[in-house]
Amino acid sequence: MRIELERRPEVSRLFSILSPVIALALTMIFGGIMFLLLGKNPITALHSFFIEPLMEVWSLHELAIKAAPLIMIGVGLSVCYRSNNWNIGAEGQFIAGAIAGSILPVVFHEWHSPLVLPLMLLLGMLGGALFAGIPAFLKAHLNTNEILTSLMLVYVAQLFLDWLVRGYWRNPGGMNFPETRTFDPVAVLPEMIASGRTHWGFGFALIAAVAIWFMMRYTLKGFEITVLGQSERAGRFAGFSTRKMIWFSMLLSGALAGLAGIAEVSGAIQQLRPVISPGYGFTAIIVAFLGRLNPLGIVVAGLVLALTYLGGEAAQLSLGVSDKVTRVFQGLLLFFVLSCDTLIRYKIKLVWSNLTGTATEGAH
Amino acid sequence: MSAEGQPAIGPLLTVGQLTKLFGTFAACNGIDLEIKPGEIHALLGENGAGKSTLVKMLFGVLAPTSGEIVWQGQPVRIASPSAARRLGIGMVFQHFSLFEALTVAENIALSMAPGISLNRIAEEASALSHSYGLPLDPKAHVADLSVGERQRIEIVRALLQNPKLIILDEPTSVLTPQEADRLFETLNKLKAEGRSVLYISHRLEEVQRICDRATVLRHGKVTGACDPRRETPSSLARMMVGSDVAHVSAEGTSTKGAVKLEARHLSAPARTPFAVALKNICLKVHAGEVLAIAGVAGNGQGELFDALSGEYPAATDDVVRIADKPVGTRGINARRLMGAGFVPEERHGHAAVSALSLSDNLILARSQSDRRAFLGGGVLGLIRQDAVKSATRRIAQAMDVRKSGDNPPAGSLSGGNLQKFIVGRELDRQPTVLVVNQPTWGVDAGAASRIRQALVDLAKSGSAVLVISQDLDEIFEVATEIAVISEGRLSDIYPAAELSREKIGLLMGGMYGKTESAETAHAH
Repeated sequence: MRIELERRPEVSRLFSILSPVIALALTMIFGGIMFLLLGKNPITALHSFFIEPLMEVWSLHELAIKAAPLIMIGVGLSVCYRSNNWNIGAEGQFIAGAIAGSILPVVFHEWHSPLVLPLMLLLGMLGGALFAGIPAFLKAHLNTNEILTSLMLVYVAQLFLDWLVRGYWRNPGGMNFPETRTFDPVAVLPEMIASGRTHWGFGFALIAAVAIWFMMRYTLKGFEITVLGQSERAGRFAGFSTRKMIWFSMLLSGALAGLAGIAEVSGAIQQLRPVISPGYGFTAIIVAFLGRLNPLGIVVAGLVLALTYLGGEAAQLSLGVSDKVTRVFQGLLLFFVLSCDTLIRYKIKLVWSNLTGTATEGAH
Repeated sequence: MSAEGQPAIGPLLTVGQLTKLFGTFAACNGIDLEIKPGEIHALLGENGAGKSTLVKMLFGVLAPTSGEIVWQGQPVRIASPSAARRLGIGMVFQHFSLFEALTVAENIALSMAPGISLNRIAEEASALSHSYGLPLDPKAHVADLSVGERQRIEIVRALLQNPKLIILDEPTSVLTPQEADRLFETLNKLKAEGRSVLYISHRLEEVQRICDRATVLRHGKVTGACDPRRETPSSLARMMVGSDVAHVSAEGTSTKGAVKLEARHLSAPARTPFAVALKNICLKVHAGEVLAIAGVAGNGQGELFDALSGEYPAATDDVVRIADKPVGTRGINARRLMGAGFVPEERHGHAAVSALSLSDNLILARSQSDRRAFLGGGVLGLIRQDAVKSATRRIAQAMDVRKSGDNPPAGSLSGGNLQKFIVGRELDRQPTVLVVNQPTWGVDAGAASRIRQALVDLAKSGSAVLVISQDLDEIFEVATEIAVISEGRLSDIYPAAELSREKIGLLMGGMYGKTESAETAHAH
């Protein structure tokens, strides 16, 4: 027996729209089962995981802070994925952006000027883009698989950051803790809304989402991205260059991941530490697909995934379960999103016969 | 039919009211067909008439929705190709299913029951192929063989099963006239042995030549069953198309103007192991002229198109000239801006993106040449959807593109209508140079004649047109000049009136201007 996927003649429009909702519902059901197996009441567990974080103003601010990098990275990744460039290394570009942007407040900490913050943001984007430029160069000129190179560079970035904060950039007055000095107030991204901690990173994320949405929908560049993602040959016929698109999409997504990185460091943490991201760069892949690679959908998806981070923290406190639960929920969600999408386009066929086929010749 | 009972004298295969529904669309609608032992039976019809669906049901690839198949007097259900083979039905598909990296014998072994030694298969295949006049070397790698030889593998593969009925799907579409003649001899041999052949084609001439009976399909229904030898080509065409097909008129294209498109000693290495290198190609197309390039598929047509269109620019500038300016290293949009238009062979994924709407597919080809009309907003490059959509409507109207809705996805159009749109997209610009690869491949007769007439009319209005085609009928309909491409080399250019089909056939085999070698070509 073997299992075959058979393409459906027509894709149901209704189900393609409903797909993320179905995936979310399935995640809830299986998450509930998981809590049951852990010996917790699934209703109260799910309630504290997904509902409680939405009931308080301060935790809504935390939601926005966590959603900001997810949205910013996810929006950049959507451009990559739509153009058939599989950048998996946004986590590394996030860190590279955070390091590059932190040069000013850490190394030149005596320079106080209103120029510091904008320059930090620019440096962050530059750092992320340059780091994404490595797999872009390798793919465009040496035909290397960008999935592997971009992923492996994540570990390079993580270890480089670790080495920096334990070495040259360690805070001289920090009792030997592996941290940089805390940023000067001129280097801190200000709060956006008076009622809480939400910093301008969230604003940047929304601006990025709207700008990329506009580009994809109304401009020739967006058209080029769509065409090259659907068919390289048709893109060549249109005079679009696959090689240039590799550079464009990788640099753009790298720059957005880098901006997310420096915004997170400058707005939320205010110093560099060995670990500055709970896996935003990887979670943003889920965000991009859950948002159907549509920038506006990604805003919603980013908020949903941010909730799993908050819920994980809440569940640790109130239920005493491991924070790995967050990862499990994110994994379940990605699994169900991808399988819903697959089953909308294909149907599963069980083939019982072996390769040579068995006879069913009726009246013989 | 079934009342006659005795398989020996009754029909070999009877199909009664066979229907296949895809959703609500009836690809085959109540088909009746009867094949006698020892006859060559033609299945005629345009693309989309339901021929392929019908034979796929006979060969067990598709299950019929309703109706019955009676094999030698017994009703049967054919569940799979292997079940069909066991009954005694063999099939040669239009698109071969061969592994290029394997040898002939290995490819044949793949379709046989497991456990037979490769040597035995090689011996049997070799013996069988020689006795039917289809010589094959079982140890040759498929990648090294011509299309005609690859087809022989498929035929031998089918014959090894000792079938009573062999189905051939458009077998001559990939053959030179000489290769086709050899195939017809083989078919007559099979017929003399008492085997039946179901011969699918849309070429009326060959059907009249070799077939004893014909069943004509249109829109999934049988529209005629006849003896093709008693019909005229136009009466057969009427059954196929349902109305008289407009004759393409190439009158008045004889005036030659300046050279608009030129290739000077154009060479290009093969990009992949299975591609063809272009070798020293020289050609000139004058204004008012239709140069047709004939050739069997896979002899460098696609590569020539890529080099002329600039999708893969050449290394030096002077090898391609448009309007007497060197453009060899320029890209496709630079060439478009100089007045050239291009229509590639493959509609889906090359000339058009199936999932995108027609208006998006218009931008695909004309974003730069019509920059002023289609784009606004300066560096932002905003697409002016209104302008693009109204141009799309204009093209659809001019070329009579039948579509569902105002601006449907390209993939929802039939092959003929999409091709009309793709050709119309270029004609709408009034290009001074048009390069078209296989303009009517897989297109129904009505659309094909419209496209051909449009190409001729464009030349008449003073443009230079280059048509690459495998279809000799098409070439003689539109061409003022003809050249032949073979293994990446181009023959001299001859005026169309001076060339016969036989001469073209020899050129296709690479016999440049050596008429005395006609015998060697036949002996092969």
